[in-house]
Amino acid sequence: MNPGSATAIFLDAFLINNFVLAMFLGICPFLGVSGKVKTAGNMGMAVTFVMIVSSLCAFGINKLLVRYDLEFLRLICFIAVIASAVQLVEMTIKKFSPALFRALGIFLPLITTNCAILGLALFQTAREYSLVQSIAFSLGAGAGFSLALLLMAGLREKLDLADLPGVARGAALTLILAGILSLAFMGFAGLGG
Amino acid sequence: MSQPEAITLQTFTQGLWKENPVFVMMLGLCPVLAVTNTAMNSLAMGVATTFVLVCSGFLVSLLRHVIPKQVRIASYIIIIATFVTMADYLIQAISLEVYQALGAFIQLIVVNCIILGRAEAYASKNGPLKAVINGAGMGIGFTFALLCLGVVREVLGSGSLFGVQVMPDAFQPWSIFVLPPGAFFVLAFWLMLFAWFAERKRKGAQTA
Repeated sequence: MNPGSATAIFLDAFLINNFVLAMFLGICPFLGVSGKVKTAGNMGMAVTFVMIVSSLCAFGINKLLVRYDLEFLRLICFIAVIASAVQLVEMTIKKFSPALFRALGIFLPLITTNCAILGLALFQTAREYSLVQSIAFSLGAGAGFSLALLLMAGLREKLDLADLPGVARGAALTLILAGILSLAFMGFAGLGG
Repeated sequence: MSQPEAITLQTFTQGLWKENPVFVMMLGLCPVLAVTNTAMNSLAMGVATTFVLVCSGFLVSLLRHVIPKQVRIASYIIIIATFVTMADYLIQAISLEVYQALGAFIQLIVVNCIILGRAEAYASKNGPLKAVINGAGMGIGFTFALLCLGVVREVLGSGSLFGVQVMPDAFQPWSIFVLPPGAFFVLAFWLMLFAWFAERKRKGAQTA
């Protein structure tokens, strides 16, 4: 497969270099919101949506900054754009689908400080992706984030019933699970060719 | 000056142990897991984060009566982003090697929740000097946690420490520790160790 093709970039962000399990982006929501499958699904959806919007914005902004030789403002611009994109998404969802808005609740504003979003914008800039490649990258990253979150939530729902030694309860167990999942995802290496 | 409480030793030590940002509050885990594959990277990341914590704490504290409440989060983020950009260029100037190893994670300090959390919860309510001392304590606590992971991962994963070989030649490196899964396992191991200590201390207090 051609490494620059949209499919290859999608697969790379989705499975091989999964944002959560291989690149450690978005760990906070991954540990915090993975208690229940349903909320995990909603969170994944919201993050994917914000990723696509902010990836498009970041692409445009970067073109503008490079043109006027203002690359040192990149970080400040990106973070401001992401914060406003999240706000915009929040208002749009509230207007068009109040049910979805209620389901997402507090997770929506918190997406601003999700490093997966800023990471996505920074990586696509560093790798000089074109517009199509950027969209494929954000779709793959969003899908990968949702997949990791859903897998984790499913495992944790089962583990609530397990009999564990006291010291391993809570965060430590979640991290061990994440480690095992991450091991499994390493099996995808080489898939892109 | 509006400094309701005196600056005590506790202002500084709070972040070191009792409220250690990583082991106790579980904040800012992304860089903790991502850059701790060698002790050197861990140290560089810790120092960069401490720099941003101290500087942004100072500025936020100075401006705490100027910034309107409604736009405070946005203002904090802009202040933090400014210092992160500075740290980014500084590291690039000092050591290109470290800069390339840390990659985008230096810029991702912006979204490290420890820094925004400190700005919101501490610097916006206390005087500049106090904010600086507390920020330094938190930063050192964070660096300590990074080194805890970095040292274990480098020694077991590549048999060296700060690039100097420490294990005997016959030692076969457990490369799993420098790979992503190792990060999760080592952090889980530290958390369990601390939980075990806490448990023992509690039991000791009960029987005494």
